[in-house]
Amino acid sequence: MINLQTCDVAVIGAGAAGLAAGAECAARGLSTVIIDREPLAGGILRQCIHNGFGVQYFKEELTGPEYAVRITEAALAAGAELKLDATVSEIKRLPDGAFELLILSAKDGVSRLTARAVLLAMGCRERNRGNIATPGTRPAGVFTAGAAQRLLNMEGMLPGTSAVIVGSGDIGLIMARRLTWCGIPVKAVVEIMPEPSGLPRNVVQCLHDFDIPLYLEHAVTNIFGRERVEGVEAAPLKNGVPQPDQAFRIDCDTVLFSVGLLPENELSCKLGVEINPATGGAIVDETLQTGVPGVFAGGNVLHVHDLADFASAEGKRAANGIVRYLNGGQKPSGCRVTAGANLKYAVPNSFSPGTKTEFSFRPLIACDRAVLEAEQNGSVIWRKDLKFIRPAEMLNIELEAGAGELLFNLRSKE
Amino acid sequence: MKKSLICLSCPVGCRLEAVPDGKNDWEVSGNQCPRGVVYARNELTDPRRIVTAVVRSDSELLPFIPVRTDRPLPRRMAARLLNELYRMQIKTPVKCGEVLIKDFDQTGVNIVFSSNSNN
Repeated sequence: MINLQTCDVAVIGAGAAGLAAGAECAARGLSTVIIDREPLAGGILRQCIHNGFGVQYFKEELTGPEYAVRITEAALAAGAELKLDATVSEIKRLPDGAFELLILSAKDGVSRLTARAVLLAMGCRERNRGNIATPGTRPAGVFTAGAAQRLLNMEGMLPGTSAVIVGSGDIGLIMARRLTWCGIPVKAVVEIMPEPSGLPRNVVQCLHDFDIPLYLEHAVTNIFGRERVEGVEAAPLKNGVPQPDQAFRIDCDTVLFSVGLLPENELSCKLGVEINPATGGAIVDETLQTGVPGVFAGGNVLHVHDLADFASAEGKRAANGIVRYLNGGQKPSGCRVTAGANLKYAVPNSFSPGTKTEFSFRPLIACDRAVLEAEQNGSVIWRKDLKFIRPAEMLNIELEAGAGELLFNLRSKE
Repeated sequence: MKKSLICLSCPVGCRLEAVPDGKNDWEVSGNQCPRGVVYARNELTDPRRIVTAVVRSDSELLPFIPVRTDRPLPRRMAARLLNELYRMQIKTPVKCGEVLIKDFDQTGVNIVFSSNSNN
């Protein structure tokens, strides 16, 4: 027997973006169902037990679980329905433009949900050893940083007894401290770039506090061990190439990979949503609507954010887009947006002339003083001086422009 | 003895150097604003950190419940606190913000739950 339920908005994923969006949709009078495969709402925030969340969105410094509890309670208070322990396995667009979701859950079995609009908020997956092609044997003891974080913080299991961390992004640094605090010595953090990719705060409080060595411009060039990891080989890089004559071995039984995130768009692709290769997320207009009418995207499934706060804010913007769409708002007229010099990407990919639009960019350069310029029809129509540009930190601006393609360029002033 | 630090008061991240001034304090240089001096003195005389961990519980939904200090704890006391937390077994239900340990070791720092046990 298949249950059939109808709602205005189906939100896929109850993380920082989905819950913020669900709260906003419900508060605006739309019947809203938020679906997540985990038994607890909050997404990855639940396993991020460290502090540093919510400074922008809640104006208070919270841990991940505290942020999750708050944003979940806000969604419920606004009247959104939470469907947990439930996986969306299929979505199809019906002839009348609505969507039918096939949902699997241990408790309710197979059910169908019809929604007039869908928000994609599935977040990311971690890149792993395969993505960066690390050579060596295939023993047990190799984890992504997030998988180890889940084992330690939610399942109460220790992943090993001594570790090396590949990648110095914030997740890797946070895990260095967590492992140390759980009695697992961290022998080294190995980073291919000349600068740590995580925040200085995390370098100080997660590495310096425990005298954990950070090898910059080094790569892990081998993993040893047959049944279990026995060690890794690290080598310095010269012009990006490992120097085998200077390679050295570090003994450990655990290797964590913290080497970036990839938006999780399997469902989006099934729906025919077009993906931007620069972000790994959907191509969207300024209302965060994808190329499929009625399908919106927000949070890490759209592009990887530095802060949960930004993912929530984007979810809320997608909710505004959904409200507008369901109230019969016209499809935005769509002038193109292009990321030019020193920018990896721009979100959204189009905008409507005469409408104030929020843009997000990922810089490709690190410098202390820079200028961001918007160019239209061959002339600069807007510019803003910026400080402390880092690839690890997203740029967010608001701009209203007239008709014509917009080209953004970031230039160093050093 | 000279100490090197990175100031975490703002994104500039000044590289600070501190030397003892012979009067139980530190002479700080490298800072671009007065906050650097305060930061270096605090870090060198009384470094404090927010400490977070998980404690065992009897809940099936959340068998390990996250906890945190409600304010920064003297850094050298983190290991002792963690040892105590790892030995605990909590009876649920508990609410986010509820106090688990009051005034840990007379520091004035409380340890509080950072999640509900039921949602």
